Amino acid sequence: MTAPVLELRAVSRVHGHDDSAVHALDAVSLTVAPGEFVAVMGPSGSGKSTLLTLAGGLDSPSSGDVIIDNVRLTGLTRSSLAGLRRRSIGYVFQSLNLIPSLTAVENVMLPRELDGVPARRARSEAIQVLDEMGLRELADRFPDDMSGGQQQRTAIARAVVGDRRLILADEPTGALDSHTGEDVLRLLRTRCDAGAAAVMVTHDARHAGWADRVVFLRDGRLIDETEPLGSPESLLPA
Amino acid sequence: MHTRYMSVKHGLLALLERAPMYGYQLRQEFEASTGSTWPLNVGQVYTTLSRLERDGLVEAQDSTEESQRVYAITDDGRVEVRSWFATPVRHESPRRDELAIKLALAVRTPGVDIAAVIQAQRAATIRTLQEYTRAREAAGDDLSWLLVADSLIFTAEAEIRWLDHCETRLARAQRSAKPPAERSSPVRARTTEGTRS
Repeated sequence: MTAPVLELRAVSRVHGHDDSAVHALDAVSLTVAPGEFVAVMGPSGSGKSTLLTLAGGLDSPSSGDVIIDNVRLTGLTRSSLAGLRRRSIGYVFQSLNLIPSLTAVENVMLPRELDGVPARRARSEAIQVLDEMGLRELADRFPDDMSGGQQQRTAIARAVVGDRRLILADEPTGALDSHTGEDVLRLLRTRCDAGAAAVMVTHDARHAGWADRVVFLRDGRLIDETEPLGSPESLLPA
Repeated sequence: MHTRYMSVKHGLLALLERAPMYGYQLRQEFEASTGSTWPLNVGQVYTTLSRLERDGLVEAQDSTEESQRVYAITDDGRVEVRSWFATPVRHESPRRDELAIKLALAVRTPGVDIAAVIQAQRAATIRTLQEYTRAREAAGDDLSWLLVADSLIFTAEAEIRWLDHCETRLARAQRSAKPPAERSSPVRARTTEGTRS
């Protein structure tokens, strides 16, 4: 069996302590294989976003282990954690964090340049993924000259550019109409089919429908999950 | 049954608007247009065609063999198809919904863990939704099938939203049934082990 891209082992996150301690996440274990697209569902406050920030090394667990590509995050120095985050993980969060003084293509190529990829190659990778998002024509626009939906797609392009092994998405289709939202989900799906792993937090069942597996969180605990799907052919109507 | 006959009847008439066809061809075209979601057997097709012929909405063209008879739409048939497209489908009485009945009875049946009933259904319906989503993506850009698949997907989504809503409604009902002292936050820590400051 291939090694998982992401592994959470009995991960807990507690805020506060003693009597006022709140378990945002309570002994959650989750394994995501290469090529797998996992959706996380649950009511507000169930720990969905906490799970994602821990999986991405943006916060540390109170107990338990987060392992990405066989690397245990807890043991890493700050700079090697930053390097791993930049190279291996793509984040699509609700806040877009596009840099206003850079054009769309410059925003998308930035993480690759930070990784030492030559500008020319970084640019062609960025153009390719902007093209997949239907934004090729807008590559030289600044964020302020784009609509909310275009900015969001740019942020998604930045998250998936290059060879990211793990894509973490928190309600990635937030401001998009349903067709553009589908383009985003299709893009995540395509990345997974090409070998990446993705974890997406969503409250929308239609979005979760794109995943291979759906896990359910309740009060910080993983309470249930769907069986992984078989091959697409076996699902086609007879 | 009646509704089913109506949709098959109008479905076949709409197909005959395009060109005269024989029964087997109609069946294939019907299934191709709806992604084989509602399979028809050849018997149903011929029964429907003979009713349509009796009502003067189609006519059989000359042929040597019964099974190879080609049917064409008549002027009355065209009027009927136009009128079908122009008239909204009416949902006259609520269809019997096993899931709604199940939940309605679960709240009144002692010993039933309704939260577990809801979660089991939610997982099953999401699984169905995953299958529909995948089948729709695999089917390419056949517009008719995309519309049917979207319909299945939105119906499944609506069921899940309704289940979420049921869960909230039950939680509220349970909270208001308890005296205030017993109300507590469900995310309170059971232990402080591993706490970081």
